[in-house]
Amino acid sequence: MNSHRPEENPAATGDDAGAEIPNGAAAAAVLSAAAGCFCVSVFGLLGDAFPAIARFFNFYNPTGPLSGVTTTAIAVWLVSWLILSRTWGGKSLPMGKINAAAFVLLALGLALSFPPVGDLLQGK
Amino acid sequence: MQTTFRELMTALHGMGFGGLLLLAFSGALIELHRICAPERSSPLSAWERRFLRRYLIATAVLAWGAVLSGAYIVYPWYRARLPQGVVDLAGYPQRSLLASTATSEWHNLGMEWKEHVAWFAPIAMTMVAYVFIKYRSDLTRNRPVRSAAFAFTVAAFVAAGIAGTFGALINKNAPVQGGALIKIMGETK
Repeated sequence: MNSHRPEENPAATGDDAGAEIPNGAAAAAVLSAAAGCFCVSVFGLLGDAFPAIARFFNFYNPTGPLSGVTTTAIAVWLVSWLILSRTWGGKSLPMGKINAAAFVLLALGLALSFPPVGDLLQGK
Repeated sequence: MQTTFRELMTALHGMGFGGLLLLAFSGALIELHRICAPERSSPLSAWERRFLRRYLIATAVLAWGAVLSGAYIVYPWYRARLPQGVVDLAGYPQRSLLASTATSEWHNLGMEWKEHVAWFAPIAMTMVAYVFIKYRSDLTRNRPVRSAAFAFTVAAFVAAGIAGTFGALINKNAPVQGGALIKIMGETK
């Protein structure tokens, strides 16, 4: 029985042959993307709850606080990605734990983006 | 047959970027599933991997196009303030929806959800495209990484689906319209 399928043996395809790439770069990308999604919801919720924060997030008047909420979340995502990539880039990490943290952040972000959940937390 | 500039831009946002993005997800999910389940699928050839790389980049670009055109072109028209003395709400979709309890939830639930959750899609798909480009065929040896990429693609699809569905329904209840009239064909009355 031949257990070496072309995809499992990159050399067989003539593409990307070589040693396994450490998963640090992927871990950084996954966790920072989850943090970015989480921040979109948290910043949106904070802007909704506190008028002063909504005013702070009003980066572009025609779009209103949404402009600042998303721009700041994107900044958090990209900066955290950069920092984590530099820290974890060449390392192999326990990806299962990082995935679990990322999925929790993603699920929380999705839940907090749902307006009834935000209203519940604000006591509306 | 004519339309307005705002209707045209709304169609570009919803049907152009958003519609194509939702279609693109089907291909992305099928191809990523092939990578995630190598024991049940035929392996990707080098050409297919190159194609998928470009496909995932295009999907991320469509997602960014959808959210940026939505937030910075269409949304300002949607949330435009009603000038004092104006009673015709036709050019003010948000005001129009909030004016009646029968339609206010389209804004309070639909738009409030859509305007935030939609951003999950470009963030997630940028990450997925990066991971695929970085790891290439190494993804097949790295199960947790490919599982994360697949899960984020599903999450991005769900987010884009929520945004797209509410976008279409909100625009049906209170269409974004106005601006310069654009004649497509026939006589303008």
